[in-house]
Amino acid sequence: MYRILKAECLADKIYLMEVEAPRAARACQPGEFVIVKMDEVGERIPLTICDYNREKGTVTIVFQIVGASTLKMSALKAGDAFKDFVGPLGRPSEFVEEDIEALKQKKFLFVAGGVGAAPVYPQVKWLHEHGIAADVIVGSKTKDMLILEEEMRAVAGNLYITTDDGSYCRKGMVTEVVKDLVQNQGKQYDVCVAIGPMIMMKFTALLTKELGIPTIVSMNPIMVDGTGMCGACRLTVGDEIKFACVDGPEFDGHLVNFDEAMKRQQMYKTEEGRAMLKAQEGATHHGGCGHCGGDE
Amino acid sequence: MAKDVLNKVPVREQDPKVRATNFEEVCLGYNMEEAMKEAERCIKCKKNAQCITGCPVSINIPAFIGEVEKGNFEEAAKIIAQSSALPAVCGRVCPQESQCEGKCIRGKKGEPISIGKLERFVADWSREHGFVPAAPETTNGKKVAVIGSGPAGLTCAGDLAKMGYEVTIFEALHEPGGVLTYGIPEFRLPKQKVVQAEIDNVRKLGVKIETNVIIGKSVTIDELMDEEGFQAVFIGSGAGLPKFMGIPGENANGVFSANEFLTRNNLMKAFRDDYDTPIARGKKVVVVGGGNVAMDAARTALRLGAETHIVYRRSEAELPARVEEVHHAKEEGVIFNLLTNPVEILTDENGWVRGVTVRKMELGEPDASGRRRPVEISGSDYEIEADTVIMSLGTSPNPLISNTTKGLEINKRKCITADESGQTSREGVFAGGDAVTGAATVILAMEAGKAGAKGIHEYLSK
Repeated sequence: MYRILKAECLADKIYLMEVEAPRAARACQPGEFVIVKMDEVGERIPLTICDYNREKGTVTIVFQIVGASTLKMSALKAGDAFKDFVGPLGRPSEFVEEDIEALKQKKFLFVAGGVGAAPVYPQVKWLHEHGIAADVIVGSKTKDMLILEEEMRAVAGNLYITTDDGSYCRKGMVTEVVKDLVQNQGKQYDVCVAIGPMIMMKFTALLTKELGIPTIVSMNPIMVDGTGMCGACRLTVGDEIKFACVDGPEFDGHLVNFDEAMKRQQMYKTEEGRAMLKAQEGATHHGGCGHCGGDE
Repeated sequence: MAKDVLNKVPVREQDPKVRATNFEEVCLGYNMEEAMKEAERCIKCKKNAQCITGCPVSINIPAFIGEVEKGNFEEAAKIIAQSSALPAVCGRVCPQESQCEGKCIRGKKGEPISIGKLERFVADWSREHGFVPAAPETTNGKKVAVIGSGPAGLTCAGDLAKMGYEVTIFEALHEPGGVLTYGIPEFRLPKQKVVQAEIDNVRKLGVKIETNVIIGKSVTIDELMDEEGFQAVFIGSGAGLPKFMGIPGENANGVFSANEFLTRNNLMKAFRDDYDTPIARGKKVVVVGGGNVAMDAARTALRLGAETHIVYRRSEAELPARVEEVHHAKEEGVIFNLLTNPVEILTDENGWVRGVTVRKMELGEPDASGRRRPVEISGSDYEIEADTVIMSLGTSPNPLISNTTKGLEINKRKCITADESGQTSREGVFAGGDAVTGAATVILAMEAGKAGAKGIHEYLSK
């Protein structure tokens, strides 16, 4: 069992948990992820690592309720435990293995959308700890949905926040901020790291291609084992098939086939939607209302 | 009943029509009376018993069958336990027809002794009667790490524990068992009753199992040896990476590797309502491939309610699956499209599978494997309607360990290089099973696990 030391609701449907997982905490690097399984009957859920504490032996995860399993997970409190917690998985961000002096010459731009702020945070923090100040754009639907603002401000060079509805800071999409920084404010970037919903990564990558900024995205497709065994997470990158779990999760954003990846993410959508309705509605759920297509 | 020495005592099975709708075990096994009767047929060769030479782990077969005939089942179990840690598994999934039973002298005229079913009977009997293998009283204080809890790892760990070593198995998934747990379906190998019970027996020998540890990621082999005090390591990490065909449409929604489909069902128990795992049940399923895994996937899809087709490019004679599995699949209603090969997966406007374009094949000259090579018949393409396609084309070893262990040599097929004792290019590091040979069988992995245990014992006794 993997004990939860801290459980916090960061925003509507977004939760943070600090979990005791000594092996993962000791080995993990920015860019990697973990898989958690709540109990015996639960799914294996891949989650990005938001933070880690090697001395305490803890890993901090952030997740959003998207289906029945994450809904169930959101009820966990400090003192509860995950039945399974495995990691780190995937490959670390490229910069982790680069020469520090060479890195210091590079100008980084991070673009985070929604819960994407969680996996961006440890990357920016790592750079900060190595004396590199990265610019960070965080996009959120509304002010209330914004997460990790203070944490991010403490480690970022410049932090630019934008909300879809204008309820906080700027109004507009992250792509508009990227455009503004590069075209109007004369900023130059050597690398862009964009993490968030697939649609946001797709449009950010399209823009940075136009602007000529090499771009890395972090893919979060459907997965089962996370060790290269099932192939559920396969993506087309350039003209190659890659497994996000062992070849990624980070890839060249200008080469990823986002349209295919977005279609593949719908694979169990109806199944998951049905399971969530069933969980919420309990015994009153009969599948006949037309909302979920029934339970056959 | 007259004595029939030429034929096996038939084994009871679930009716095909009934079992095609459930996940209960297909074969019901012998009862005590049937087992003793079958044991009577054995002539108990005193010298040069060929069955023993046919068994990769050299079980003293005539001796245990002799005890079964006399009704001394505990004695029979002890004889098997000297050579095998997983008899209830092997009695169910070994290809006996090409091993022990293939060599049985009785088989020269009539049917060989049903050795597999007798082994299964003894293993089931001893489990039901609480017979537990004896753990050594003291350990020798030497720590050995075993990577992977599949048949190779469990066998290696069990043998080392019996010799007094302190063994820890590291397993990447959340349940131990490897392919026994995630790959082979419930209806061939019951998980709780058989697999967990045999794993528990290995634990009772003193073996520790740590799940959720991915060697190469959570911790490396070097760290295990330098920082955690393990004096030797056995790698039994299997061959888990699925292959795809590389044809158009293969990333469509509804195309799965057999590994994904089976893992969702076996490890994650998607077939049970009380588990949260989603699975594509499919109405019309095409399984590509002709091995045991293809049969497992097809028979699983069928049980989930689909019309199921096997598409295989050679003819029935070349099917790599065991004859018994093919026979069972047919009985249950799996449709075989032989001498047929997919060339494209067709999708609808939303990116979901709607069918497969296949090409007819004919057999040409034998290839390097000795099997006749399939040759395409031009202009023979036709479509099979399907909403789900399962690719079962074989697997290769996972590079996670070889990539993170300095000085560990691999060959062109990404298999770890090891000699007969399991010794790899790294001192103190041994390997065996599918990680070394590429995908093979449970019993060959167990043989390699045994050899590895012996190799490690010799290495640490120097």
